[in-house]
Amino acid sequence: MSALLDVRGLNKRFGGLVVTDQLSLQVQAGEVHALIGPNGAGKTTLVAQLAGQLASDSGTVHFDGHDITKLVAHQRARRGLLRSFQITRLFKSLSVRENMAFAVQASQGRSFAAWAPVRRDTPLFEQAQAVLERIGLAAKADASIEQLSHGERRALEVGLTLAGRPRLVLLDEPMAGMGAQESDAMAALIASLRRDCAVLLIEHDVDAVFRLADTVSVLVNGAIIASGRPDAVRGDPAVIAAYLGEPEDAA
Amino acid sequence: MTINRWLHLAVLAAAIALPWALRAFGAEFYLSVASKILVFAIAATSLNLLLGYGGMVSLGHAAFVGLGAYASGVLLSEGVTSSGVHGLVTVAITGIAALAIGAISLRTRGVYFIMITLAFAQMLFYLANSIKGYGGDEGLTVRTRMLLPFGIDLRQPDSFYFVALAVLAAVLLLLSRFAASRFGRAVQALRDDELRAEALGLPTFACKLVVFVAAGVLAGIAGALSVNLQGYVSPNALHWTQSGTLLVMVILGGAGTLWGGVAGAAALLLLQELLAARTEHWEFWTGWVLLAVVLFARRGLAGLFARRST
Amino acid sequence: MTDVLFIEQALNGLQFGLMLFLLAAGLTIVFGVMDMINLAHGSLYMVGAFLAAWLTALSGSFWIGVAGAVLLTALFGMALEVTLLRTLYARDHLSQVLATFALILILNDGVKMVFGTDLPLSAPAALDGPVPLPLGLVYPAWRLLIIGVGLALALLLWVLVQKTRVGALVRAGASNREMSSAMGVDVARLFTLVFGLGAALCAVAGSLLGPLLAVQVGMGENILILAFVVIVIGGIGSIRGALIGSLLVGAVDTLGRTLLQHGLREALPPQWASAAGPALASIAVYVLMAGVLVWRPQGLFPVR
Repeated sequence: MSALLDVRGLNKRFGGLVVTDQLSLQVQAGEVHALIGPNGAGKTTLVAQLAGQLASDSGTVHFDGHDITKLVAHQRARRGLLRSFQITRLFKSLSVRENMAFAVQASQGRSFAAWAPVRRDTPLFEQAQAVLERIGLAAKADASIEQLSHGERRALEVGLTLAGRPRLVLLDEPMAGMGAQESDAMAALIASLRRDCAVLLIEHDVDAVFRLADTVSVLVNGAIIASGRPDAVRGDPAVIAAYLGEPEDAA
Repeated sequence: MTINRWLHLAVLAAAIALPWALRAFGAEFYLSVASKILVFAIAATSLNLLLGYGGMVSLGHAAFVGLGAYASGVLLSEGVTSSGVHGLVTVAITGIAALAIGAISLRTRGVYFIMITLAFAQMLFYLANSIKGYGGDEGLTVRTRMLLPFGIDLRQPDSFYFVALAVLAAVLLLLSRFAASRFGRAVQALRDDELRAEALGLPTFACKLVVFVAAGVLAGIAGALSVNLQGYVSPNALHWTQSGTLLVMVILGGAGTLWGGVAGAAALLLLQELLAARTEHWEFWTGWVLLAVVLFARRGLAGLFARRST
Repeated sequence: MTDVLFIEQALNGLQFGLMLFLLAAGLTIVFGVMDMINLAHGSLYMVGAFLAAWLTALSGSFWIGVAGAVLLTALFGMALEVTLLRTLYARDHLSQVLATFALILILNDGVKMVFGTDLPLSAPAALDGPVPLPLGLVYPAWRLLIIGVGLALALLLWVLVQKTRVGALVRAGASNREMSSAMGVDVARLFTLVFGLGAALCAVAGSLLGPLLAVQVGMGENILILAFVVIVIGGIGSIRGALIGSLLVGAVDTLGRTLLQHGLREALPPQWASAAGPALASIAVYVLMAGVLVWRPQGLFPVR
């Protein structure tokens, strides 16, 4: 079975610094694939390249069988590959509902319609409402962004990527800055995404990752040093040496 | 919402009644001032679209106004008076110029965008200065005006006033429809966070370019009207300080509000009229007023009255 | 075109470029360190020129006039910074553009009210004539002086910025403002000083150029734009960039005018050539800037 996202030989350097080093990665449809690694390993740069915001120096990216290497961010998003951000980026002058409605609109194209009032577009808002219910923000639909708590903002941050029924979402540290309860809610949401789309998850919280993920890849110095089922990766000596430290006692 | 609509109709009615009101008070002279305000209101509204709605700070917008004025002026000096031709040529020239300038400038951001739009405007300014055949640095004077259907004579103050009013009303209608539309929402989102909007699938460069071109064309239309009002256009109309004046109008009136351009143009021009009557140093006092607005009334005049929209 | 004419134009370009550098240096530091767009920088140049003209007439000595103008303009600049401009540092660029644009209006009319629309300013008689140079070239003494002063000040600035503590603070501030402030530098006082220095440089340029171009209200607007072009080309915050940029712009503008005029004269009828030359030269400077912005958006010598 061919992978949904197939990355081969990706390279990126800034001056003399190699940030992405012959990186290869496969994400299967319907799986939660976690990417872990020490600080400075190049996770954020990788996400930027996969999302199409940063051009790679060489290598290929295939998505759903098509070569998307040359496509930029908005083109990849339209094909169903979206990302969320580590530092929350929401549209502050729009309400929660309007944020989501815009996300739906952006996924559809047809943003150049300049005459008909968007308020009358019922299907648009119905789809937005459905996603808000999914992420548990339906009650706050009319709130402004500044009225939301941190956890709610992170939920919306992730939620926006779901608006257009994506095939694969890149979640960049979705649980950043969250307390235990909020983290659990986010983990539940991510787990529930499996039935609709694949998830490539960047996360620091190693325990949450090992609980949640179907596949774990370890990124060190811009290259993947191990990739496989969580148990296999956890016991891999190279991974332990580079990242996890001393092996735990066998449970 | 209906209160708003009644307010707009009331303003429109007052504007329509203005010539008669002025005549009744023996103040007919002010009709030309009112017409000048209308023309500047259109130009300022076009900048409001670019800056207030689109978030793009351009210090070269007056160049499009000047381009439109020269387009119409050159046609008149060559004996072409058909308003259809004037309209087509003005839209074509300013549209193509805005497309070219926008396609290059929008590759930059922030202060660099300000500087590059300024650069292009100055290029056009020096070009206008050098065309000896059409006045060069002394400017171009025209004796004729463009001919409108139904024998409307733009030399009649009333006629010009109503034509300009009609154009302004049309522009405001388009602006309000735009603001409430999908495109308007897209532009608002990309003003809030361009990176996020693009990451969600919005072709942000194309969106900004469309707004830039639309703003340029509307500015050109204002320019074409201005040369038909004053019978004169000079390269100074393209100078960066003129762009500064337009910027002042938009900020004074309230950037991003529907009436921002109109309120700002009216306020600044009336202020100048008032001051010029009393002192020759009206620029001095205008400067202080502007400074006060920037420092204290950040949302401009319209912002003082606007309700926060959800 | 003869070699002599070419050298003469090259020297003119050098002279203009160096004066442009005096404005650009102050502008780039203010922009680089305080992140502030100051459109009124050209007005300081105008104020300096007017003060020089006035004080020269008052004292009968050009040099007293210049010295006084430099001092007074520096003080004026610092007063402006402490009262008004300081509040703009935290504001967005658009607000800075508008507020300093307002300043231009105020200062233009203000100067007109105090001094009138223009004042005469002539170079001291001893330096009014031509000076014979090698290769049979005869060049105005005043322009030679300007070149000399310009080079001396460029060297002085280089020493100041590279070799002194204040200069190090300025360089640090230009590349990382928050860090400098966090390290306990008295940022407020540094800013005021920097601004005063920029104003002083403007006054020097205004006084020296006054005898060549006229001392008149509004003289700041056009040179201001060129100064901005220079710092964009050179890289915001970089004095070295400001120098290279100024010399480039000076050369393109001056040489462009004559070279293009000569070249076009071969190709076009005379009345077109005499108009097209200067126009194309003026445009060339902006084409240069637009090109740099598109190819190397951070300028030729980026600081950050």
